[in-house]
Amino acid sequence: MSFDLSLIVETVPKMLAGVGLTFQLLGLSAFLGLILAIVLLLMRISGKWYLDWPAQLYIYVFRGTPILVQIFIIYYGFPQLEFIRESVLWPIFRDPFGCAVVALSLNTGAYVSEILRGGVLGVDRGVLEAGEALGLSTTQRFIYLTTPIATRLALPAYGNDIISLLKSTALASTITLMDMTGIARTIVAQTYAPYEIFISLAIIYMILTFFLQKFISLIEAYLGRYTKRES
Amino acid sequence: MISPQPLIRMQNVGKHFGTFQALKGINLDVIKGERIVVCGPSGSGKSTMIRCINRLEKHDEGRILIGDTELTDQIKDLNAVRREIGMVFQSFNLFPHMTILNNLMLAQKLVRKTPKAKARDIAMRYLERVKIPEQADKYPVQLSGGQQQRVAIARALCMKPEVMLFDEPTSALDPEMINEVLEVMVDLAREGMTMICVTHEMGFARSVADRVIFMDAGEIVEEADPETFFKTPQHERTKLFLSQILSH
Ligand SMILES: Nc1ncnc2c1ncn2[C@@H]1O[C@H](COP(=O)(O)OP(=O)(O)OP(=O)(O)O)[C@@H](O)[C@H]1O
Ligand SMILES: [Mg+2]
Repeated sequence: MSFDLSLIVETVPKMLAGVGLTFQLLGLSAFLGLILAIVLLLMRISGKWYLDWPAQLYIYVFRGTPILVQIFIIYYGFPQLEFIRESVLWPIFRDPFGCAVVALSLNTGAYVSEILRGGVLGVDRGVLEAGEALGLSTTQRFIYLTTPIATRLALPAYGNDIISLLKSTALASTITLMDMTGIARTIVAQTYAPYEIFISLAIIYMILTFFLQKFISLIEAYLGRYTKRES
Repeated sequence: MISPQPLIRMQNVGKHFGTFQALKGINLDVIKGERIVVCGPSGSGKSTMIRCINRLEKHDEGRILIGDTELTDQIKDLNAVRREIGMVFQSFNLFPHMTILNNLMLAQKLVRKTPKAKARDIAMRYLERVKIPEQADKYPVQLSGGQQQRVAIARALCMKPEVMLFDEPTSALDPEMINEVLEVMVDLAREGMTMICVTHEMGFARSVADRVIFMDAGEIVEEADPETFFKTPQHERTKLFLSQILSH
C-alpha cells in the first residue's frame, strides 16, 4: 500500500478548519462541566444526605455509562419526549452542537467533581485546625484555605481530564458535527483514503494535546510555586 | 484581696472518643498571667485537654468557662472566643500556600477586621519579635522547622490573645532548633502572657512554670510548683514518669 503525501498536504488544512469547532466544544464543555463539578462537590461534602446521595447517584450514572451512549440518548432520545420539545431548552436539544456540549459537560462534570473531592480530602487537617483555632469561620476556611490548597492538589488529575475531554469532542462527529473528526470522515468518504487521513488527524490531536499539556504545566508550576524549597 | 476570676475554668471535664474515655474529671483553673506546664506519658490526654479549651474537641462532661463564656453547643460566637486563645501545634500547621506575611495577616483581616496596612505592621512587629523579619516574603516550606514554629507563634500572637496554648511545640524539631523556639516562649512568659504548655522540656518548666501538671490515663494525677514537682513528687506514676524522661 502506498502512502499518498500530497493527499495529506491537501487535506490537513481542511481538517484544521474544524479546529475552531473542536475548541468550542472543549472550552464550553470544560467550563460548564467545571461549574457542574463544583455544585456536585459542594453537595457531596455538605454532610447532608439529601444532597450527597443525589450527587453520588448522578456521578455513578455518568461514570458508569459510555459517553457515546450519553450523546446518543440526548441527541436521538430527547426529541422523542414531548415535554422536552415544549420546554425552553428545546433550542439546545434540537441543535447537535447543543446536544454535544450538554453531553460532554454532564459527563466531565461527574469526573471532575470526584477529582476536586480528592483535592479537598487531601488538604492537611492540621492546617484547617490552625485556621479554626485562629477563629476563621467554616466558610472562611473553605474559601481561604481549602479551595486554594485543594485546587493545587487536584490540578494534575484535572489536566488529565481536560486532555481526555479534548479527545472526547471527536465523538460529536457521530451526530453530524463538522469538527476535525467530522471533516476527516467526510474526506475519507470522498477519497477512500482512510489511512493517510486518519493518521494525519491523529497527529493533529497529538500536537494539540502537546500544547494543552504545556499550558496546564504552566498553571501547575504557578500554583505549585509554594511547594519548592529554593526561592 | 479578692482572688482574681480565672481566665479558664475547667470543672469536672470529661471527654470520650466512642466508648474510650480520654479525659476524666479534669479540674483546672488558670488565672491571668499564670504559666502552666502539662506533662505526662503518650496518650494520657494532654492534647485532648488543651484542645477542649478552644473547642477543637468538644467535652462531653462537666463545664469549661473562658472568662464568662461557657463552651456549649449553644454558644453564639465560638470564633469570638477562639480569637482570644492562641494555639501552637506540634506540626506548625502554617498555611502552605501563603507567604509568611500573609500567614500572619489572614486571621487579623478576617477575624479581627484589622485594616490591611495595620495588619501588616502588626505582623512585621511580631516577626521581629521572633527574630525572622527577613523571611516575611517566603513560603513556609522554605523555612527551617524552628523558623516555621516561630512563625506559628507570631501568627497566634498577632491576634493579641488572652491565653496561649502550646501542644508540644518543640517535639517535631531537630535538637539544634529547640532552643530558638524555647527562647521565644520564655520571653513570652517573662512578659506575663498566660500560657498552657504541653511539653517535656523540663528545663523550660523549671525556669518559667508557676505550676506543673502531670497527667496519666486522662486524669490530672499531680499538680505542684516546679520546685516541689521535681524534688518531691508524691505519686508513684509521677516518679516513674520523671525517672524516664530525666534519664535521657
Ligand atoms: N480523634 C480521636 N479519636 C479517637 N481517639 C482519640 C482521638 N484523639 C485522641 N484519641 C485518644 O485519646 C487518648 C488521649 O490522646 P491525646 O492525643 O490527648 O494524648 P496525649 O497525651 O496528647 O499524647 P501524646 O503525648 O502522644 O501527644 C489517646 O489514647 C488517643 O488514642
Ligand atoms: Mg498530644
